[in-house]
Amino acid sequence: MADPALEIRDLRKSFGALRATDGVTLDLRPGEIHALIGPNGAGKSTLIAQIAGGLRPDSGSVRLFGRDVTALGAPARARMGLARSFQISSLAGEFSALRNVMLAVQARAGTSFRFLRPTRGDRRLTEPAMAALARVGLADRAEVPAALLSHGERRRLELALALAMEPRLFLLDEPMAGLGAEGSRELTGFLSELRREAPILLVEHDMDAVFALADRISVLEAGRVIASGSPAEIRADAGARRAYLGDSS
Amino acid sequence: MKSLSSASPREAAANLAILALLILGPWAALSAGHPFYVTLATKAAILALAATGLHLALGLGGLVSFGHAAFFGLGGYAAGILAAHAGSGEALILGWAGSREILTMILAAMGLALLAALPIGAISLRTSGVYFLMITLAFAQMIYYFALSWPAYGGDDGLSFRRGIFPGLNSARPLPYFWICLGALLIGLALFQILRASRFGTALEATRQNPQRVEALGIEPFGLRLTAFALSAMMVGAAGALFANLNRFASPSMLSWQMSGELIVLILLGGRGRLLGPTAGAVLFVAMEHVLGGWTERWQFFLGLAVLGVAVFARGGLLGLIAGGRRDG
Ligand SMILES: Nc1ncnc2c1ncn2[C@@H]1O[C@H](COP(=O)(O)OP(=O)(O)OP(=O)(O)O)[C@@H](O)[C@H]1O
Ligand SMILES: [Mg+2]
Repeated sequence: MADPALEIRDLRKSFGALRATDGVTLDLRPGEIHALIGPNGAGKSTLIAQIAGGLRPDSGSVRLFGRDVTALGAPARARMGLARSFQISSLAGEFSALRNVMLAVQARAGTSFRFLRPTRGDRRLTEPAMAALARVGLADRAEVPAALLSHGERRRLELALALAMEPRLFLLDEPMAGLGAEGSRELTGFLSELRREAPILLVEHDMDAVFALADRISVLEAGRVIASGSPAEIRADAGARRAYLGDSS
Repeated sequence: MKSLSSASPREAAANLAILALLILGPWAALSAGHPFYVTLATKAAILALAATGLHLALGLGGLVSFGHAAFFGLGGYAAGILAAHAGSGEALILGWAGSREILTMILAAMGLALLAALPIGAISLRTSGVYFLMITLAFAQMIYYFALSWPAYGGDDGLSFRRGIFPGLNSARPLPYFWICLGALLIGLALFQILRASRFGTALEATRQNPQRVEALGIEPFGLRLTAFALSAMMVGAAGALFANLNRFASPSMLSWQMSGELIVLILLGGRGRLLGPTAGAVLFVAMEHVLGGWTERWQFFLGLAVLGVAVFARGGLLGLIAGGRRDG
């Protein structure tokens, strides 16, 4: 079997007395969707932040594509091919949707130190950016400032930014949140295809989406992985049901 | 100019009016026999160039530096020192005895500002917000006290010198010198607009809006900010050289924290984030200084009122009031 795209070993992070990440070990293999579920406050976003590099773990290691990246910051990990979406949309609010995605395209190309040529009308930026917007259904909203987009549109713009990075791994923190039933169904179909481009570590509360998409599921509770396995195994796991599934499905 | 067409029609009209005032005003004043107004307009153009330089860091990068007087003053001293050596014939460096050419002075001012900005920026940019403000202020104060206590170039008396020369223009006379400064301002504005529209400007403006997002895309904000800080310092340094040449005097007050504050005030008065915001602020400032200053010693009280009014009622500054709505971006 191919090497995992992502390997986390015994990761620990405390905020004061609170153990937000308490010895987490998990991996993500090429071509798969690995879903991370758990109740509010279980430590899912904290784990995502440590994988993306925005937050330093107290101990443990993160390996990306076989390389230890524990000491690297978020930009270096992004340049290695890691793309993330944020649970709370994180965009350049004054820029149009298109300009946000153009920024992702220029970041991918490593050309942010070009000083003379205007970006407006630069087809090496606009064409890939429009293509990414079209994939998430935002082509007709390209000129709207990100701050004026609806909640659902901002979620999709986050995804377009990730797509424009042409990453080798996606970290998605609750991409379905607030999309409504119709939006969630659409996105489920989209993510199901997306795993062919790069594996996805998916944090999600929408259990229909999780069980439709995931190849593997890990259940996080109070910073620990209390169960991990195929969707069928997780459905059958008593601990997982008590921690999470019991009160939501 | 593209910026004028991409801005709202009212902002474009305001931009044209400001430029027309700045270009035609001195010329009209001179024909009416009031050469003093030419000097006022020259001062406004130079302050506008300095504020536009600070605007690169503050407006695009969100870097509120309270120490840019350091670069303004260093630019002024670079000009004064080159002129002093050219006057005395005494070697300055490697047998070179300075220069009387304004263009050479500007280049030296930009080089000196760059040399100072790189270490100051590299250290200050490890912090942000109010700490950044305090550290930039501290560096500027260090340079200020150094200039005060260094007798070779005048110490607290400052440094008097003859205004430099310029190819093809009699720069000793008010109107030609105004054209030189206006040209410098127009070049500065064009550079600002080109940088803003470029990939660099896009990434820089994104770090102001959301550094977390920029990092997640794989871009280090630090390099962008340091570059912006250095470019900004160089433009302010060039303005300092022109200012010292205008007054025929490099003064320690150019390095003072009041000067740093004044540059910030010009941007806020005129309208942060707009191409001609700092220029509008500089014109307004010089006009207030002249009109109110002729009437009361305490004209700065009214400047304070104006800043207060902007802060409370018109966050977009003068241009924001005129143009209405949000700024282009
Ligand atoms: N920077 C921080 N400082 C202190 N405590 C924090 C910090 N970030 C997170 N926490 C705490 O750590 C715990 C885990 O938070 P986290 O956001 O990772 O949960 P989550 O599983 O993503 O929850 P949700 O499903 O609500 O998004 C929570 O108790 C939270 O309050
Ligand atoms: Mg979360």
